Amino acid sequence: MSELTGLYAIWEREFKIFLREKSRIITTIISPLMWLFIFGGGLGSSFSVGNFNYQLFLYPGVVVMSVLFSSIFYGSYVVWDKRLDFLKEVLVAPINRVTIFFGKVLGGVTDAVLQATIIMILAPLFGISFGLQFLLIYVFLFILIVGLVSIGLTIGSMMESPEGFGLIVSFVNFPLFFLSGALFPLNNLPEWLTVFTRLDPVTYGVDAIRSLMIGVSTFGLAFDFLVLIGFGLLMIGIGTFAFRRMKL
Amino acid sequence: MIVEVNNLTKKFENLVAVDGINFSINEGEIFGLLGPNGAGKTTTLHMLATLIKPTDGNASVNGFDISKQSSKVRHSIGIVFQEPSSDDLLTGYENLKLHALMYGIPRDVALKRIDEVLELVDLTDRKNDQVKKYSGGMRRRLEIARGLLHEPKVLFLDEPTLGLDPQTREHIWTYVEKLVKEKKLTIIITTHYMDEADRLCDKIAIVDHGKIVVLDSPENLKKVLGGDIIRLRVENPNLDAVKKLNYVKQVDNLDGNISLTVSDANAHLQEILNLIGKVSSVEVHSPTLDDVFLHYTGREFREDDKQAEGGFWQRAMTMRARR
Repeated sequence: MSELTGLYAIWEREFKIFLREKSRIITTIISPLMWLFIFGGGLGSSFSVGNFNYQLFLYPGVVVMSVLFSSIFYGSYVVWDKRLDFLKEVLVAPINRVTIFFGKVLGGVTDAVLQATIIMILAPLFGISFGLQFLLIYVFLFILIVGLVSIGLTIGSMMESPEGFGLIVSFVNFPLFFLSGALFPLNNLPEWLTVFTRLDPVTYGVDAIRSLMIGVSTFGLAFDFLVLIGFGLLMIGIGTFAFRRMKL
Repeated sequence: MIVEVNNLTKKFENLVAVDGINFSINEGEIFGLLGPNGAGKTTTLHMLATLIKPTDGNASVNGFDISKQSSKVRHSIGIVFQEPSSDDLLTGYENLKLHALMYGIPRDVALKRIDEVLELVDLTDRKNDQVKKYSGGMRRRLEIARGLLHEPKVLFLDEPTLGLDPQTREHIWTYVEKLVKEKKLTIIITTHYMDEADRLCDKIAIVDHGKIVVLDSPENLKKVLGGDIIRLRVENPNLDAVKKLNYVKQVDNLDGNISLTVSDANAHLQEILNLIGKVSSVEVHSPTLDDVFLHYTGREFREDDKQAEGGFWQRAMTMRARR
């Protein structure tokens, strides 16, 4: 019982901080919008993908991009907690480290889901409307985000400085983003590139969200679902292990 | 004995941070771990707080074994860390509420206690301000209040006045004394301020290089020196002559800074000055813990201590720059 209230306590703190850090919310929304309107608008005026205008094709990819970046970046707050002694205050409390990890994951999921929601409110601008599908969209986003937040937290638990975190994360973020098919369709790729895109878990997130938004899918929802669940569970496992071993 | 420590040892890769220390603390005592930075004080505290595991030895807090019953130990202790450990985007009140939730204090009890501890540290009228608007001293008080919220038996204070101005230090000391009187708490305090240890502690363990050099009450520690201290700066001091004097109990020479322990310095000062050589400065005082430290270790507190003083504020500033 006290583990549950502990979980709630950790989540509530993360959520309050998220709401108070206006700059964090704004910057994470601005960058997807630039991708959508400048990159998407610019390429969209010369290219289309299949029957779709490029901007429309890009839209689901940008939704996933926004959760990818914010989820992984969320791990940096562990580094900041460590920098202060706030992390010690949490670690010395009589709650399990696994509980602390899950509280943080829930905090990160809340942040990322809210950001994705803000981007999705813009959907009608691109001529996209979804009915009850949006529930399924949230299910897929949730699973993907759990995995990504766990990656961020794992890296955060191992790093001592925010600068170090930033460095490592840029090596993680960009391959995950560029290989995910958020920017281009995955058929017709050279063979070596195809292999890498298939190894990127975010690929299956993009595929699922694109399928639910504009009806184009490479792998099918069921397969996407299985891969993402596997990815989420694996990352939770690694994350809890990392949190158990985290030094002060 | 509310705290018992047996042969407690912590080794890091190539460093023995805490080297087989033993001590025990009676209920209601203020126990001081006094020593220079890097002496192993904080490591000792973290072991007792179950934050790190000892390499060897064991200890109990409130009757619970720190290795085997960590959850019970954690419920029995409150801890105020050396660096600020409250979240500065939350208000003081929210920090306390967070703590209450993590310690599983029932809601109605928690709300009542939060008001109590805020009152105790005089922060009631600032409780709804974000912690980033607090001064260093207020933040310390908040963290002390937080450490008390779950009604611990033992309170750990790690360098509670590091980086604070003299007036604020005095305030914190008053609060600590009030706590012992009103709450019947046992307190373990680490410090490298001699005056702090002298003022607050019932018993002091002087720690150096991970070992307890001596453990006693401040009064007894100073009595051991049995006399006054004369400090002199002398070029080419004639120490042999001084050592032969029967009222000179100890002579320490640190690069021309001579420290003499002398019974009744006033009566003998002239004779010493005549014998020792060309004196450029002289100072006579009753023994302080500084002298006790010098007496037992043969050296003064390390130089690098000075740098550590800004720590609290530097960290507080880093925190602000973060968001």
